[in-house]
Amino acid sequence: MNAIDAKKATGIGVAVRRKEDFRFITGNGHYTDDINRQGQAHAYFVRSPHAHATIDAIDFADALAAPGVISVLTGKDVAADGLGGLICGWLVHSRDGSPMKTGAHPVLALSHVRYVGHHVAVVIAETAAQARDAAELVNVSYGELASVTAVAAAQAPDAPQVHAEAPRNTSFEWELGDKAAVEAAFRNAARVVSLDIANNRLIPNAMEPRAAIGEYDKGSGIYTLYTTSQNPHVARLVLSAFIGVAPENKLRVIAPDVGGGFGSKIFIYAEETVCVWASKKVGRPVKWVAERSESFVSDAHGRDHQTHAELALDATGRMLGLRVKTIANLGAYLQLFSASVPTYLYATLLSGQYDLPAIYCQVDGVLTHTAPVDAYRGAGRPEATYVIERLVETAAREMGMDPAEFRRKNFIRKFPHQTPVIMAYDTGDFDATLNEACRLIDYANFPARKREAAARGMRRGIGFSTYIEACGIAPSAAIGTLGAGVGLWESAEVRVNPTGSVEVMTGAHSHGQGHETTFAQLVSDRLGIPIENVEIVHGDTDKVQFGMGTYGSRSGAVGMSAIQVALDKVITKARKIAAHVLEAGEGDIVFEDGRFSVAGTDRGLAFAELALQAYTGHKFPTSEIEPGLKETSFYDPTNFTFPAGCHIAEVEVDPATGIVRVIKFVAVDDFGNVINPMIVEGQVHGGVAQGIGQALLEKAVYDPETGQLLTGSFMDYCMPRADDLPSFDVGMTVTPAPSNPLGIKGCGEAGAIGSPAAIINAITDALGIREIAMPVTPERAWRAANGL
Amino acid sequence: MTVVAMQVNGRQVSADVEPRTLLVHYLRENLQLTGTHVGCDTSQCGACVVHVDGKAVKSCTVLAVQAAGAEVRTIEGLADGDTLHPVQAAFKEHHGLQCGFCTPGMIMTAVDMLRRIPRPDETTIRHELEGNFCRCTGYHNIVKAIKAASEVL
Repeated sequence: MNAIDAKKATGIGVAVRRKEDFRFITGNGHYTDDINRQGQAHAYFVRSPHAHATIDAIDFADALAAPGVISVLTGKDVAADGLGGLICGWLVHSRDGSPMKTGAHPVLALSHVRYVGHHVAVVIAETAAQARDAAELVNVSYGELASVTAVAAAQAPDAPQVHAEAPRNTSFEWELGDKAAVEAAFRNAARVVSLDIANNRLIPNAMEPRAAIGEYDKGSGIYTLYTTSQNPHVARLVLSAFIGVAPENKLRVIAPDVGGGFGSKIFIYAEETVCVWASKKVGRPVKWVAERSESFVSDAHGRDHQTHAELALDATGRMLGLRVKTIANLGAYLQLFSASVPTYLYATLLSGQYDLPAIYCQVDGVLTHTAPVDAYRGAGRPEATYVIERLVETAAREMGMDPAEFRRKNFIRKFPHQTPVIMAYDTGDFDATLNEACRLIDYANFPARKREAAARGMRRGIGFSTYIEACGIAPSAAIGTLGAGVGLWESAEVRVNPTGSVEVMTGAHSHGQGHETTFAQLVSDRLGIPIENVEIVHGDTDKVQFGMGTYGSRSGAVGMSAIQVALDKVITKARKIAAHVLEAGEGDIVFEDGRFSVAGTDRGLAFAELALQAYTGHKFPTSEIEPGLKETSFYDPTNFTFPAGCHIAEVEVDPATGIVRVIKFVAVDDFGNVINPMIVEGQVHGGVAQGIGQALLEKAVYDPETGQLLTGSFMDYCMPRADDLPSFDVGMTVTPAPSNPLGIKGCGEAGAIGSPAAIINAITDALGIREIAMPVTPERAWRAANGL
Repeated sequence: MTVVAMQVNGRQVSADVEPRTLLVHYLRENLQLTGTHVGCDTSQCGACVVHVDGKAVKSCTVLAVQAAGAEVRTIEGLADGDTLHPVQAAFKEHHGLQCGFCTPGMIMTAVDMLRRIPRPDETTIRHELEGNFCRCTGYHNIVKAIKAASEVL
C-alpha cells in the first residue's frame, strides 16, 4: 500500500481497529496476576475490622508457625527500617494561609487504625492460600474507639477525631473567587435559586483488582516492581524519594497490561510498597493480588461532597452570581491528589459554559474514618458540573423558561474568556453542541413523546447538562503555584531504526485507552510509514526514561503533543541528512507521504532508505550531523484544555415500581481534533455508563455507627450492567485546542462529567419534583412519584 | 491433595491440587492458562467464564474437582489455529474491548449466548450479559459486536 492510501486507512482521523486487541481477545494479555517470578512468595494483608481503634498488640506467633509461612511484618518493622510514609503530592492552603492539616500515613498502621480495611500487617507464605489461612491466625488486640464516617457529622465539636493534627476533623478551609463581588450580585438579584446537593460516594471498581510483585536481586541490589499502575515513573519516584524503599536508579517499575484504572491506580499504595520492601527482607519475590472485597475497602474512593449552592439571577434569567459551600469527605488520609480534587479541580469549573461574572466557593476538606478519597474519573469536574447544571435547570423551570433557551441566554460566546475562577477558556462553541444534541434527541417532539408515555401510565422526562471541563492536565508552572508537587508535562522518545521501523517510548500508560493504536496512527501519518512498522512502548521505567502517566484526560493532548514535537525534530534532522545524501540544498528537500525528494526532480529517498543512511553515516558529514535518528521531547502544555459539550437524557419512570429507564442518551462533545473517532466514542460510552451508574445505581455506604462498609462487594454495590443502560447516541463538533500542536482537547473523562446532571434533570422533569438524591434507586423514585 | 484430570482445550490434563481449589485457579495456576480472569469474589463479574461440557460456567464458583472428567474450553482454545472465532473478530472490529480484562469472560458468554439464541435482539443481548461486568466500554460496542457476530454465525 502506498503512503497516500495508508494515510486514508490508518492516518489521523481514521477509526483504525486496535493493534493491541489480539492479545486481549485470545487470552494472551499479561496482567500483573498473570506474571509469576521464580521462587515467588505470596502476601496477604491483615486489615482492620474496626473503623477506629488503637493497635495495642499484634501477636503473630501462631501465624508464623502456620504451614508455609515465611514471615509476618508489621508497622514496627516498617518503622525500624526507616521507611517514610505514604504521601499526598498536592499542598493546599486554608483561607487563613495555613497549610492543610493531616496526620502521618505509615505504610503499615502503627498506633491507630482509621478505617475498616486499613492495612495492619502482612503475612508472607509459600502459597496465596497459606498466606490467607495464616492471616486469620494473626491476633491483633484493638482498643476500639468511636468513629465518624459521614461528612455532615465529622465537624461537630464532639465528633471522634481522626487525626490530632486536624481539629474538628478539618484538614483545610479553602476558598476561591470574589466574596464581595458575589455578595453584591446577590443583593442586586431579582431571584435566588438554591439547592442542597449531595454528590454520592463512589468506588471506581476497575475490573482488574490491584496487584503487585516486588523482587530484589541480591547480586546487583536492583529492585523490580510489577504494579497495576497508571503511572510507573511516578511510583518509582515516590517509592524512592519519599518512602525510601530503594534508590531511584536501583528501582525498576513495570506496569504491564493493566485492567482499567479510572484514577484508582494512580496512587502509590501500601501494598506495592510492602511488596518491594518485603522482597529484600525475605529474600524472595513477593506477590500480592487483591480480592475484590479488599479492593472495596482499600482502593481510593471518589466524590462524596455535601454542597449548599445558590444562584443569583436578574429578572430576565441572566446569571449574576454563584455562591457555593462544599464539605468534601477526604477519608482518613490524604492520598496523592486528594487535596486537589475538591479544590483546584472542582471550584475552577463552577462557571460552567456561562458568562457568570461573580463566583465564590468555600470548600472544607474533612477527614473521616473511611477509605481515602481521591481522583475518580472526572476528579472534581463531575461534582462541579452537577452543582451548576442542577442549579441552571432548576432556575429555568422556576422561571418558566425552556432549559435550552435559558442556557443560550447565558452562554459564553467570546474567546478567550477569563472566568472568575482561574480558568481562562481558550475556544469553544457551546451553541453548536447544544443545537446538535437537541437535533439528535429530537427535542422538538419531546412533548408528544411525553404525552404518549403518560397514556401508558409512564412519566417521561428530559434533562440537559451542558458541561465544560479542564483537562489535558497540566501546565507545570501553573499547577506548581496551585500546590502541586510535580510538573505535568509528558515525554516521548521517537526511535527510528536502521530498517525504517519506529519505536516510540512514551511516558503515558494505556490501561484501555488504545495508545498502541492511536499514537501509532500519529507516527504513521506524519512519517508516511505503515502503521505495522510503528511500536508504542510504555509502562517500563527501564525502557521509558520518565513520564507522568495517564489520568486527567492528558495522553492525547500532552502525550501525543510530545510525540508530535519529537517527530518534528526527527523530520528536521532527516531533511538535513537527505540534503547531503541527495546532494541538494536543505531548502530544496520536500518531505511528503513518506518520501524525501528534491523539489522539481524525481530524485528521492523513502523514509526507510533515509533511516539506513542515518545509521551508516557514509554520506553526510558526521562532524556536523551525528549519526543515528532518535529524538526526544518533554512537552509541557501551555494551558489546560477545555472539552465541552451537551448531554441530554430522556428517561421514563414507572410510578408503580419506581424503575427508571434511560430511553435515550445523547452526548455531543467538542474534543477538538480527534485522532481515532472510534476510540473517542468508546471513551464517551464508558464515561457515560459510569455517570449513569452514579445517578441511578452506585453508592458506597458506611454504617454511621460502626463505620463498617456496608457496600463491600458486588452483591451490595450496584455496578451498571448491560441491561441497565441503553445504546448511546454520540456526536462530535470541533473547535481545535489552541494550546497544543495537535489541537487535541482530550476525551477520557467527559462522559462521566456531564451525565449525572442530565439524568437527574430528566428524572425531576419526569416526576415534576424539584430535587431527588443520587442514586435514584427504584425505592427513591417510587416514593417521589407517589408523594411518599 | 487430590489428582484432578479433565480435558482442557482439547488436551488431556491432570494436576494434584487441594480439594478446595477453584476451577479458575486450576486453569490459571496449574495449567498456566491465564486468559481466564478473577475479577470478584462473589460470582457477579463474569471475568472467569469458561465452557464446561459446552455450557458457560463461572469458573470461580466451580471447584476443579467438580469439573473432573469434563471437557473444558477457555478463551485460549476458542480460535481455530490462526483463525479467530467470529465473536473474537467482531469484538475487534466493533471496538468491544478497552482494557481487555472482562473480555475473555465476555466473549465466552457471548459464544454460549449465540449457541442458545442464534438471532438475539438488543434487549435480549443486554439481558443475557447481566452476569458480565464491563467498567470500560459502557457495553455499547459489546452489544454491537455480539449482534454483528450473530449475523455471521
